[in-house]
Amino acid sequence: MAARTVGVLALQGDYEAHARAIEQLGHRARRVKRLQHLAGCDALVLPGGESTTMLKFLQDEELFEPLAGWCRSGAPVLGTCAGAILLARDVTGPPQASLGVIDITVERNAYGRQIDSFVAPLEETPCDALRGLEAVFIRAPVIREVGPEVEVLARHGGHPVAVRQGPVYAATFHPEMTADTRLLEQVLQD
Amino acid sequence: MTENHDDTPLRLKTGLAEMLKGGVIMDVTTVEQATIAQDAGACAVMALERVPSDIRAEGGVARMARIDIIESIMSTVSIPVMAKCRIGHFAEAQVLQQLGVDYIDESEVLTPADEHHHVDKHAFDVPFVCGCRNLGEALRRIGEGAAMIRTKGEAGSGDIVEAVRHMRQVQKDMRELTLMGAEELMTAAKDLGAPYELVRIVARDGKLPVPNFAAGGVATPADAALMMSLGAQAVFVGSGIFKSQDPATFGAAIVKATTHWDDPQRVLDAAKSISADAMAGLQVDKLDPSELLQTRGW
Repeated sequence: MAARTVGVLALQGDYEAHARAIEQLGHRARRVKRLQHLAGCDALVLPGGESTTMLKFLQDEELFEPLAGWCRSGAPVLGTCAGAILLARDVTGPPQASLGVIDITVERNAYGRQIDSFVAPLEETPCDALRGLEAVFIRAPVIREVGPEVEVLARHGGHPVAVRQGPVYAATFHPEMTADTRLLEQVLQD
Repeated sequence: MTENHDDTPLRLKTGLAEMLKGGVIMDVTTVEQATIAQDAGACAVMALERVPSDIRAEGGVARMARIDIIESIMSTVSIPVMAKCRIGHFAEAQVLQQLGVDYIDESEVLTPADEHHHVDKHAFDVPFVCGCRNLGEALRRIGEGAAMIRTKGEAGSGDIVEAVRHMRQVQKDMRELTLMGAEELMTAAKDLGAPYELVRIVARDGKLPVPNFAAGGVATPADAALMMSLGAQAVFVGSGIFKSQDPATFGAAIVKATTHWDDPQRVLDAAKSISADAMAGLQVDKLDPSELLQTRGW
């Protein structure tokens, strides 16, 4: 696979962990803080962090519409945890604006507070390639609804935890916090 | 007291700190302030009874915040809520864990409960952040189970000099370890008063094994950008927001400067958005040593 330039939204959160994973796979990571950093990116990752903080930057710095447009352009996109919340069609708990580029409804902090954070191996995996992936859930959201175009790649406790709609992927856990890069590989091989 | 039997709890504890990186954690004392902080872009809030500058001005014993205040903040904002316990006061920490706060700051800003022992943080599922002035202190706290380290700085002063001193000291101490031969590390551990295994990790990696944030004296957007430039991965702001003349604007400006710390134009834009005075400052080197908060703990 040829080396690609993968943008990582670097407004807040664990974007450096994503950048390390991208570079481990032999790709170039580019931190995206401004619109012009998106030019020349072949793919984009929206990291974990606080979705309200990132959303404020997207809205205040006029990144919201351009970023939504970029995510609909057909290039690979991965959002993890807060990133998945930003990509969703609808957000609850409490409601907030989102880019609406993947047809899912996400409830924020749905497992509870930090004390309820957990690590679990993924066993319910319609996508064989992700079986056994160690998933780190931190104040994680839950995907409550998926639209007809959305493919569920993995579930945990009955809830979808990794989904895709075409080239747009969303995970409620943090693959960037383990050495297992299978999900990112799958996103980038499309 | 239980010990972690595998690395899962520590990964979860440092994991939340990873999610706070590049962000600003703001001290709040009321639900209204917590809402202003969240709207300003804070990635978390620290619930406490009085901000450090008021603790300094009013004196008296500073304790864990009132539970009803913390609880109402937790039920109002959707971002993580931290709270402070006194150094060594593991019962306050147990109460905060039972309440379900997302992080506990075992803090020198409150009046210490134990002059010799910090909390055994391994015994908790909730993660802890602790302050430090140098690498030895940072590694002692990590050895006790802290999942995040911050500079102590001098809380409530509005004077950034101590936070700069502490961040530079930690960075310098770490650089020195990376240059040492393996046979020198035990002596270094002895001199630092730090656990040998952690000294080896820092010597190998050149950085702390947990996230390293700045705190204690941040009062302006440029202060936040300075600390990020010196290697802080996120910024705590205590009195700097709600003791300024315009908390919402100061909060948003400090958030912006923390994200765009390496872009002077953006830091300028953040500074320009402010047309009110910063918190009144106290020059730390004019304070009586007995008034310093940073010398609490060891």
